[in-house]
Order: sequence, then C-alpha cells, then structure tokens
Amino acid sequence: MNKITNNKAWFLVLPVFFIVAISAIIPLMTVVNYSVQDILDPQTRYFVGTEWFKRILTDYRLHEALLRQIGYSLSVLLIEIPLGIGIALTLPRKGWGVSACMVLLALPLLIPWNVVGTIWQIFGRADIGLGGYFLNKIGIDYNYTQSSVAAWLTVLVMDVWHWTSLIVLLCYAGLRSIPDAYYQAAKIDGASRWAVFRFIQLPKMQSVLVIGVLLRFMDSFMIYTEPFVLTGGGPGNATTFLSQYLTRMAVGQFDIGPAAAFSLIYFLIILLVCWVFYTVVMNAGQRGEQ
Amino acid sequence: MARIDLDNLAHSYFPDPKGDEDYALRRMEHVWEDGGAYALLGPSGCGKTTLLNIISGLLTPSHGKVLFDGKDVTNLAPEQRNIAQVFQFPVIYDTMTVYENLAFPLRNRGVDEKRVHARVHEIAEMLDLSGKLKQKARGLGADEKQTISLGRGLVRDDVSAILFDEPLTVIDPHLKWVLRRKLKEIHNKLRPTMVYVTHDQIEALTFADKVVVMYGGKVVQLGTPQELFENPAHTFVGYFIGSPGMNIMPCNIDDGAAWIDGQRIALSDQQLTALGKASGKTELGIRPEFVRLHTEGQAPEGSIEVNIVKVEDLGQFKIATTRFGTTELKVKVGEDQQIVGQSGFLQFPQEWTKIYADSQLVA
Repeated sequence: MNKITNNKAWFLVLPVFFIVAISAIIPLMTVVNYSVQDILDPQTRYFVGTEWFKRILTDYRLHEALLRQIGYSLSVLLIEIPLGIGIALTLPRKGWGVSACMVLLALPLLIPWNVVGTIWQIFGRADIGLGGYFLNKIGIDYNYTQSSVAAWLTVLVMDVWHWTSLIVLLCYAGLRSIPDAYYQAAKIDGASRWAVFRFIQLPKMQSVLVIGVLLRFMDSFMIYTEPFVLTGGGPGNATTFLSQYLTRMAVGQFDIGPAAAFSLIYFLIILLVCWVFYTVVMNAGQRGEQ
Repeated sequence: MARIDLDNLAHSYFPDPKGDEDYALRRMEHVWEDGGAYALLGPSGCGKTTLLNIISGLLTPSHGKVLFDGKDVTNLAPEQRNIAQVFQFPVIYDTMTVYENLAFPLRNRGVDEKRVHARVHEIAEMLDLSGKLKQKARGLGADEKQTISLGRGLVRDDVSAILFDEPLTVIDPHLKWVLRRKLKEIHNKLRPTMVYVTHDQIEALTFADKVVVMYGGKVVQLGTPQELFENPAHTFVGYFIGSPGMNIMPCNIDDGAAWIDGQRIALSDQQLTALGKASGKTELGIRPEFVRLHTEGQAPEGSIEVNIVKVEDLGQFKIATTRFGTTELKVKVGEDQQIVGQSGFLQFPQEWTKIYADSQLVA
C-alpha cells in the first residue's frame, strides 16, 4: 500500500495535544523542574542535579512513612475486598430490599472526605463520642490521641466504613450479571455452595474486582484528608502517611525541591504497582484464552 | 435412564390461581418413554420451559406429581434426580479446562479420580473433544461450549434423562446441523431419554422420534413428525407445523357437506357421523400440499372456482395464493406444473380434508 503523506493531519491532533499539555505534562514538568533545583527565593536558584532524590531516598522518616503506607494499603485491601464480596453475596436479589440496601450502602460514599474525618473524630472521643465512650465503658482503654495502635485502628475502621460500599456495589453489579442458567447448571452438576462461589461467582466478578482493587489501592495509598482531620498524623508519627509527610515538607517547611523529588517518586510507585497488578491480572486472563 | 410420568401435573406462578389463564401449565397427563427422543415444540410463552424446569426439578409444580420410573421425585432437588440439562446459552465454568469442566459433576459426587479419568476420556472421545481437554474452556466457540454442557450431562452414567432448552439458539447455522447430528448419534449410541425444547419445527422434526406440540400451556398433540403433518389434532398444530401452515377456514355443515363462503365441499360419511356428536365452531383444514389446483381444461367434479391472487416461485415448488369470496387459500404446486391465467379450480381430496370443532380435530 502506498502511504499518503499529509502533514496537515498533525493540526487535527493539536487540540488534544494542548489539552494534555496543560492538564498533565506542563504541571508534571514543573515538578520535575523543582526537583532538580534549590530555590532560595524567586530570583535565586541553583541546579543541584540528583541531590534531592538522593536525600529523599535515604530519608529514614520517609522510609517509615512508606512502610506505614504499604501496611495501611494492604490492610485496607485485605479487609475491604473480602468484606465487600461477602456483603455483596448476602444482598437480596429482588424486592424492595434491593433499593433499600443500595441507598444505605451508597450513603458513606456520598460523604465528603473531611466530613468523614470529623464524624469519626467525634465518634471516637471518649468524652462525647458514642464509640469511644462505649468502648471505654466496657473496659477497653481506647484513646486515639494517645495510643498509636488505637489511632491506627481508628483510621483503618474509618476507611473500611467509608469505602467497603464501593466494593460491595461493584461486586453486586458483577453478581447480577450472571445468568440464572449458571446457578441452575451448578445445581444439576451437584456443586457445593463453595464451588458455586469459586467457579461461577468469583470468575464473573474478576473484572470488576480488578477495578475495585486498583481504585482502593490508589485511593488508600494517597490517603490524606481523613487522617489529617482525625489524628493529624499522630500520635507521634503513627498515622503519618506519605501524603501527609509530603504536605508537611512542601507546605509546612517549604522544602519545594525535596518535596518535588518525593512527589515524583511517589507518583512512580503508584504507577508501577498499578501497572504490575494490571499486567499480571490481565495476563492471567489471557493465558486462559489460549 | 428412566421413564418419566407426569401425573395430573399443572403449574401456576400465582399463589392462588383462579381461572385457566392463571396457569402457565394446564393440567396434563403425560408419559416420556425410557430411551425416547422427544421434542417439545411450541411458540414462545406456551409453557415449554416451565414444563422442562419441572422435570429437571428447578421448579416445583403447584399441582400433581413427577415420577421417574414410578418413583415420586416431585419434591427432590435437581441434583437428587440425576437429570442433565443443556441450557439456551452455553454454561461452562470459565476458569476450568475442558477436562475439569467434564469432570466437575463427577468430582462433586465424590467419584474416585481413576473413574473420573476414564469417564471423561470416554465422553470426550464421543464428542470429539479429546484434543481440547487441556484447554481453558472460556476460549472455545459457542458450539464447543454447548458440546461441553452436553458432555457434563453425559459423563454421569446414572443420568435418567437429558433435557435441552433450545440449545442451538446461539449456534451458527452451519454448526447447528453438525451438533444436531452429534445429538442424534449419541442418542442412538446411549439411548438416554431426551427431551428437546424448541420453537423451531425443523429442529424438532429432525431430532425427535416423537414430537409434543404445546400451545397455551397445554399439550395439544403428541405424535411422530408424520402424524403431526398428516393428521394435526388441533388447528394450532396444523398452522404451526409446515411451511406454509395448514389452510384453516371457518365453515358451516349442512346437507352432508361443508360450506365455505357459499361453496360446497363434500365430506366423507365417517366425517359426517363424527360431526354429529361434536359441537362448537367448525373449521375446515387442508394442507397446501394436498389441495389440487387445475388451471387448464374442464372443471373437475366437486371442485370450486377460484381466482389466483399471487404465485411465489420458491425454486423446487410454487406457492399459489387463491381466493374465492373472501376466503384465501394457499396451494403448493410442483415446479413442473404450469399456472395459466388468473383463475382455476381447486379440488379437496377427501382423505386430506380435516374438520375441526372448537379447534379440535373431529375427523
């Protein structure tokens, strides 16, 4: 085939190019720009090369925050995914209960992040909060402003309360798309309840679960507002996650250079994890096709 | 394999059905003989699938009993009845290989692996799936998936009956034929009791030894394909089977003959005697294949004169639409017969002229 060369076609790509440039590339390049310079004031700046990156990569507080972050995201996924699937399986399939459950489940998702933080901050207080008061009443020494374990658990429970619904709704949609014939065939084949879940329901939920896991991973890995409102990252640094650490560095201490280097690494970590996860899952799916 | 009796069976989806119209399945007595290949034919919504689900145990009938070899199984769950069912859309377990799919019903029943291995290979051989046993089932075509569904039914050697719920709906036309032949082969080899639900008359007539025609929740006729064609017991059977369907015309009985639009059509003595006992709206039915059309020469005796409205040439035969008065009648004419002019004469051979009262065959 003869290729027709028509360079005018490039003009048609221009609008997209501009939009992407303004929305993504230019802001990102600004961050790259900051990450390789030491800016003392608007007029004075030095090129420092990879120095900020080196400093960030050897910062032990950052390592701690990263470990905390990984632990947190893993806990969130390990609790919310099975719990979400479990709840989705028990939801009614028809009748008025469906809409009632949908509304109840959607409620936490509609609440703004910082309001969620405030709700739990009050809920967990031992003096005026229902939850905190009750826990102390039954003999559990619970105070999230002093005990790092309590703080950690509170943030975790709050996240589970806020976001499990998302997984439930996704799984429920996946379950509803399974034709009745599958269940009937499984009945005739003498499949146990577990086999039905393992061989029919789980495979059919796979694609929505991939989306669910990705969303929950990214969101929890970038969590900021709720712990900021609830614990402010404390007590000590117990609930200081990456975003919080980054904000403290960039806004609190105005260390723009290291903060920019940190942002880039942060961004790369999320990108890498999502890419690996997605590729692994999709490859597993494709191997089945062959 | 088993003989299946439907004893005084009826089903309604309403908790307290009042009239007949509340029943998805009207009261029926029916026997499916052991080893028979039956087709359950009828239009959408006539109760075919309801009946099938009652036999398989997915649905418990509101009235009556289902007996397998004389044993009451009405309240048994599908897995306790030992039946297999192939659904309209292929049901396979996506994450399993073909082998695992076929082994699934056996493993669920705790059959030992050696036996599973032997059975799966035996059935795979029969269904031409041997080369694909190690593949994941999800990558296969719809016809192969449907074959696997069938295979899952066949691997169990204790299966009483195999039920098919419009199994070829999603299969490409050229593969339908292959699968149908495979079914027939399997039936000849293993002689399972097979019940095949379809709304496609060609499928039903080629697959089954006996065809059960359902209409409005009732079985209107059970017979061989030939019986259905030559002797429809209900006007619906006449109309539904055959292409084009039977000509059905309202008629009056008077003076030893049937009168349609003022035209006299002679009836046999036997028909007239039978009519004496019958009551209700009378109709005359005759298949387009059996009406004789003459367009040349003298009017034969007992014929009626008609206008020829339309002639469609379908290759091997022609279909002529004729009219007398306000009545239209289709005639199937051989390819070699010439149709001359705009009018002709119709003859109604007595042995193919059927009389219906209230849609039921009188004689």
